Amino acid sequence: MNDWIDIAPVEAVPQRGARLIKTVHGCVAVFRTATDEVFALDNACPHKNGPLAEGIVHGASVTCPLHNWVISLETGVVQGQDEGQVATYPAKVSDGRIYLGAAFLTRRAVA
Amino acid sequence: MTQKLVVIGAGMASGRVLEHLFENESGFEVTLFNAEARGNYNRIMLSPVLSGEKTYEDIVTHDADWYDTNGVTCHFGTHVTAIDRVAKTVTSKAGTIAYDKLLIATGSAPFIIPVPGRDLPGVITYRDLDDTNAMIDASKAGGKAVVIGGGLLGLEAAAGLAERGMDVTVLHLMDHLMERQLDEAAGFLLRRDLEKRGIAVKCRASTRAIVGKDRVEAVLLEGDETLEADLVVMAVGIRPETRLATDAGLSVARGIEVNTQMQTSDPDIFAVGECVELDGQLFGLVAPLYDQAKVLAQTLMDSPAVFTPKELSTKLKVTGCDLFSAGDFAEAEGREDIVFRDPARGVYRRLVLEDDTIVGAVMYGDTTDSNWFFGLIRDKTEITDMRETLIFGPAFQGGAPSDPLSAVAALPRDAEICGCNGICKGQIEDAITAGATDLGAVRTTTKASGSCGTCTGLVEQVLAVTLGDDFVIPAAQSICTCTDMTHEDVRRMIKSQELKSMPAVWQACGWKTSCGCHICRPPLNYYLLADWPLEYQDDPQSRFINERKHANIQKDGTFSVVPRMWGGITTPDELRAIADAADKFAVPTVKVTGGQRIDLLGVKGEDLPAIWRDLNDAGMVSGHAYSKGLRTVKTCVGTDHCRFGTQDSTGLGIKLEKTLWGSWTPHKLKLGVSGCPRNCAEATCKDIGVVCVDSGYQISIGGAAGMDVRETEILCQVPTEGEVIDVIKCVTQLYRENAKYLERIYKWMAKVGLEWIQEQVADLENRATLVARFEVSQSVYRKDPWAQHVGRAETYQPLADLTLEAAE
Repeated sequence: MNDWIDIAPVEAVPQRGARLIKTVHGCVAVFRTATDEVFALDNACPHKNGPLAEGIVHGASVTCPLHNWVISLETGVVQGQDEGQVATYPAKVSDGRIYLGAAFLTRRAVA
Repeated sequence: MTQKLVVIGAGMASGRVLEHLFENESGFEVTLFNAEARGNYNRIMLSPVLSGEKTYEDIVTHDADWYDTNGVTCHFGTHVTAIDRVAKTVTSKAGTIAYDKLLIATGSAPFIIPVPGRDLPGVITYRDLDDTNAMIDASKAGGKAVVIGGGLLGLEAAAGLAERGMDVTVLHLMDHLMERQLDEAAGFLLRRDLEKRGIAVKCRASTRAIVGKDRVEAVLLEGDETLEADLVVMAVGIRPETRLATDAGLSVARGIEVNTQMQTSDPDIFAVGECVELDGQLFGLVAPLYDQAKVLAQTLMDSPAVFTPKELSTKLKVTGCDLFSAGDFAEAEGREDIVFRDPARGVYRRLVLEDDTIVGAVMYGDTTDSNWFFGLIRDKTEITDMRETLIFGPAFQGGAPSDPLSAVAALPRDAEICGCNGICKGQIEDAITAGATDLGAVRTTTKASGSCGTCTGLVEQVLAVTLGDDFVIPAAQSICTCTDMTHEDVRRMIKSQELKSMPAVWQACGWKTSCGCHICRPPLNYYLLADWPLEYQDDPQSRFINERKHANIQKDGTFSVVPRMWGGITTPDELRAIADAADKFAVPTVKVTGGQRIDLLGVKGEDLPAIWRDLNDAGMVSGHAYSKGLRTVKTCVGTDHCRFGTQDSTGLGIKLEKTLWGSWTPHKLKLGVSGCPRNCAEATCKDIGVVCVDSGYQISIGGAAGMDVRETEILCQVPTEGEVIDVIKCVTQLYRENAKYLERIYKWMAKVGLEWIQEQVADLENRATLVARFEVSQSVYRKDPWAQHVGRAETYQPLADLTLEAAE
C-alpha cells in the first residue's frame, strides 16, 4: 500500500481556504495557506465542534467560525488564552497535487 | 539683605516669573500691582469662559492663598500712575513705595479703530475677564452681535457669543479669515465651519462708523451697507501697553525695548510679556512669554540666561474648528507645496517646503499630527527620504511605522512636549519617577498640558512609555494586533494612496503579519470594495463564512437559507416552491423572520447550491440575511388596502429594496416603510425608516432594535418617491464611505452628527455625486450571488470521499 494518498490538484482548495474530505470516521479539513502549504486537521474545533474548514485562514492558523478560537494548522494547538488541541494528519504538496499520509486512515480505523 | 521687587501687572508672564522666584526661594519681598481687580488667571482660557465651557474659578492660576503663602503684598484694582527712576519708587493711589528691582508687565491694550461711535455703550473689546463678563451679560438679552476682526481673538469671541445664542456677524478687512495664520484654502474651510454654526462672515468689510443714539444700534460699512447690532466687539488687534514706561523715560519703540536678559534701558527695571519688544519683534503667544519669564527669573537671581525667540504655532480654541498653523506658508521662489485634501471630511493639509525642509504648515479639520510637523519645522529636519508619505504624518513613515509610542520613546530628554510651558520630556519623566503617575499629577507638578491643553495626548504617551503596563492610554484602538493603525488611518491610506488590493494595504501600512487575521481581513475587504468597486476583486477568503457561502451558519455547522421577498410581498407560487424545497432537502425548521420573509433552517452545506437552484427556478434570489449589507425593507400595506394609508408604502418599499439589494455596507442595513404615522412597519427603529404622511415622506435614520434600542432621528422630509430613493441612496453611500466596519448607522451618526449628514444630503450637487457613486458600485454588486454560486456547485462538495477506500 502506498504511503500517500493522492487527493486532488492543489488548485481545488482555494488559497487561504479549506475543503473537506469524508472518511468513515468523520470529516477531515484540508487547508491551503497563502504560500501553498497544505495541512490536514479534524474538522471540529475543540470548543464546540465548530467546522474549522469554514473558518478564515491567516498565516498558518485558522479561526473557527463559531466563536473565533484560533488554531495552529501546524500543530492543531489552540492559540491564545483558550486551551485545546485538534488532531492533525500528514499532508503534502507534490507536483501540484495534494497528498495525505495513508497511515492516518488505518490509525483512525483502529482508534 | 532682602531685596524689594515691585511688579506692575499680574498677568501670565509676571505670574510665571514669581513662580520661578518662589520655587527657588530667592528671597525677594514682592509687591504686586494690577489694574484689574484680581490676580493672575489663565487668559488663554477666556474663550471657554465666554462660551460657557469653563467658569472664572476654573481658570484662576494664583488665588489669595498663593499670594498669602508667598508673602506677596497685593494691590489689585490699583493703577500705578508714575515711576520715579531716580528715587526708585512707584506711585499709585496706595501711596509711594520704593523698589530695588522693578518689573513692568503691563501687557497689551486692544487696538480701537478710530471710527465715529467707538465710545458708544455696547462697544467692547476682548482682552480680559471684565470684557468677557460684559459680553456674557450682553448676550443674555440675545439679539445681534457684530465682531470686528476675523483673527484668532475675534473668531473665538464670535464662536462664544454664538454659543450663547446671539446672532453673530464677523467683519474682516482682508480677503480671508486669519490671514496671518492661514492660507486661503484653510480660511475657506474655517469660514464654512463657522457659517455652519450660524456665524455670518463678511470679508473685505471695512467699518466706516458705529451708529446709535444712547448705545450702539448698528455698524455702517464702506459701501453704505448697514448691519444692525446690539453689541459690537472690537478685536482687530492689540498693541503693547507702554504708557508708564514712556512716561518714565525708558527706551520704547513699539514695545518697551529689552535685551535678551529682559532688562530695559534702566538696569534695575525689567519687562516681560506682551509689552516688550526685542530686536523689533513683539510677542503675543504664551510660549515665548513663559520663556521670557524663566530667563528673567534667572537674571534676577544673578544666574546667566538668554532669551531666544523660537518658531511659533497657532491653534484656534473653537470647539469643532480644528486648525493649526506654523511657520511661513507664503508662496515664494524655490518653495514647493504638498497638499492633501479630503473635501468630504473637510480636511486640508498643506506643507510648504524649501531646501528639503518644511518651513510652514497649515492644517485644517484634522490636526492630530500637528506636533510632529511643528517639530520638523522647528528642528529644520531634512525630509527628502520621507517626502512621498510626509503629508500623512508620522504614522506613515518608514522605520518604526505607525507606533506613536515608540516615536515618543525615541524622543531625547530635551525634546519639548508642552510648548506653552516649555516642559521637556525629561522633566515629565522625572516627575513620573518622583510619583506623578497620572495626567493630573504630571500637570500639577510640571504644568505640562496645563495651559492650552493640546499636548495632553503627548503627555499621556510619555506616561505610557515611562510606566509601561501600569498606564493605559485612553486612545484610539488599532484594528487588531497585525497593525497599529486605526480603521480611520487605514481607510485614509486606501483612498489617498490608491491602495487597491489587500497586499498593497499590508505593504503600505506596515502589517506585522503576512496576510492579516480574521479580525482585520473582513474590514479591509469591505473598505477596498467600497472605495474601489470597479478595480477591487471581492475576496471570499477574507469574508466570514456566512458571506462566503451566502447562508447563515448554525451551531451544528448547517446553514439557514432565506430567499428575498421584496417588500415582504410573496405569492402562492413562491410559497409552494419554498415548501417543495423544504420537503426535498428535509429542512427541519421553517420559520417566519422579523424581516417579513421565511427562513429555512438546518440545510447541509453541500446542499446549498441545489436548494438555491430550485429557489432561483421559482424566481427567487438571495435575501442576504447573512450580510453586512442590505437585509430587508419592511413595509405595511399602505394605500393598497389600509384605511389610514397615505402613500403606497409597499410599492415604495419594493422599489427601495430593488435599488439597494446586494450592496455591502459597514454593518447590516435594515429599512422600514410605514404608510402612515401609526407606523405598523416599525420604521422608526430601523437603520433607515420612511414614514409616509399626507404631504410626502419623512425619512429618518439611526434607529436600532438590538442590544441597543433607539428611535430614528428625522433626516429630512421630501415630497416624492423619487427623492426618497435618491436621499436613501445618498445616505447609504455616505455611510458606506465614512463609517467604520461593524458600525451601525446610529453609532456612526453619534460620531459625525446628524447635522453633518443632513448637510451632505441637502446639498443637491453633493447628493447627486454620492448617488452616482452608489450606482457605480451597484453596477457590480446588484446581482444574485446564489445564481453565481450555483455554477460552482462542486466547490460546496467534499474534496474527496475516502470512506470507500478505508473500507477496503
